[in-house]
Amino acid sequence: MARIIVVTSGKGGVGKTTTSAAIAMGLAKKGHKTAVIDFDVGLRNLDLVMGCERRVVYDLVNVINGEAALNQALIRDKRCNQLYILPASQTRDKEALTIEGVGKVLEELAKEFKYVVCDSPAGIEKGATLAMYFADDAFVVTNPEVSSVRDSDRMLGILASKSKRAENNEEPIKEYLLLTRYSPDRVKLGEMLSVEDVQEILSLHLLGVIPESKSVLNASNSGIPVILDEKSDAGQAYDDVVARYLGEDRPHRFIDEEKKGLFGKLFRSK
Amino acid sequence: MSTEPQHTPYQKPALEFKSSTFSVPVLIPYTNDLTVIEHQLQQKINQAPEFFRNSPILIDLQELNKQSISLNVAECIELLRRLALLPIGIRGGLHDQNEAALALNIPKISAQQNISHQDTAQKLEKIIPEPEPEPETSEQATTRIVTNPVRSGQRIYAHGDLIVLSQVSAGSEIMAEGNIHVYGTLRGRALAGIQGNTEARIFCSDLQAELISIAGNYKISEDLDESVRNKPVQIYLNDLALIIQDL
Repeated sequence: MARIIVVTSGKGGVGKTTTSAAIAMGLAKKGHKTAVIDFDVGLRNLDLVMGCERRVVYDLVNVINGEAALNQALIRDKRCNQLYILPASQTRDKEALTIEGVGKVLEELAKEFKYVVCDSPAGIEKGATLAMYFADDAFVVTNPEVSSVRDSDRMLGILASKSKRAENNEEPIKEYLLLTRYSPDRVKLGEMLSVEDVQEILSLHLLGVIPESKSVLNASNSGIPVILDEKSDAGQAYDDVVARYLGEDRPHRFIDEEKKGLFGKLFRSK
Repeated sequence: MSTEPQHTPYQKPALEFKSSTFSVPVLIPYTNDLTVIEHQLQQKINQAPEFFRNSPILIDLQELNKQSISLNVAECIELLRRLALLPIGIRGGLHDQNEAALALNIPKISAQQNISHQDTAQKLEKIIPEPEPEPETSEQATTRIVTNPVRSGQRIYAHGDLIVLSQVSAGSEIMAEGNIHVYGTLRGRALAGIQGNTEARIFCSDLQAELISIAGNYKISEDLDESVRNKPVQIYLNDLALIIQDL
């Protein structure tokens, strides 16, 4: 049975699509057959970040409306044959999504795939609630600033009360915190919330910290998920996230400032 | 030896009857004009939709029948159900009113004689979620225990005491007719004694609340003194003044 993962945040622009693309690629590269779905109907972005925008024929809404078979709409990634992308429709809006339709698509995907990653739109309206409704696991993407943290908290409340698992009184959705666009220098200057601050407010299991990095923008613009940029800090951080999600124990990185001298390291340890 | 099938002493019985006391909102109409009742009831519901949704309710006709005003029970029950209330009984009704209720699967509950009618002239019903001195209603209510974090945007209502074993996030609201205990950081709004119980208290292990209130007497975050923030405190009412005390 597939695990359905929702990448969500409440707030926009925090890195949901970047994260969805990176972890889907990461899971697929580890040999797990993975599908990634863009739920942002009307604001289609995932295909750009995945670099498959020129191969989109059918989309999620076509499949829900029965205008195309799921296999026709799924786009196989050229770099990793275990990864498939189901794009969103750009010409429709979120009202085109129905709970029955989404449920049917996910049920069909679950038969064939090991992991299904749902890239949620921002907000707490229909698109976002449908993206998370069937989830088993939730990656809550949060930036180290107060409004993003508040929105994530709100989203966690919705995950705990309005999902299929909650409504059927099943085991709740597993929630993981992903702190993105983290900049240790700015934390030190007091301009950004620290990992501890965010964890204190959200009290959530930290899956990883993704540093603010130029490589993310470059990766998005060139349509290559940042996890494939193995030299970049963000790419490595996402690789850690995927490994931790799969049960590997890796120490957290990119939380403290880099290039500290030996003395700095010695005296910093708590 | 007996060959009759017998229960061994170790076999558990499949069921058991117990008598139990609940506090249930009682609707006391003062008119038989259902349009007026619906209008005023809707106003009450709008004040606390979560509280009323699917709430059990008892219809008390003693007052009306004392004045020989006859209410159409079937229509009244239908009205309550339309407003998402769940009528569970009728008391003080006349014979045909009880029959009409029974036809809709609503049982007759024997009328209590010792309820006071004097001070209820303007009230539509007994329990409304706004400050009003009615402390005895909370006595039999049960305690509600919440183990998960209360997240931003969530609202929790307890008819008795409320115990939260985790944090209460900013942007959330917890309400109780009795006391509130928070064994985590309290960042949201906490309203104890919401039915007017001035004896209710709030206890928390880290006070960072947006608002605290006991029986309608409230303080907002800005009014909280720095000396009481970020530490375990209890909050109680003394002569309508909120007292915040270290624990």
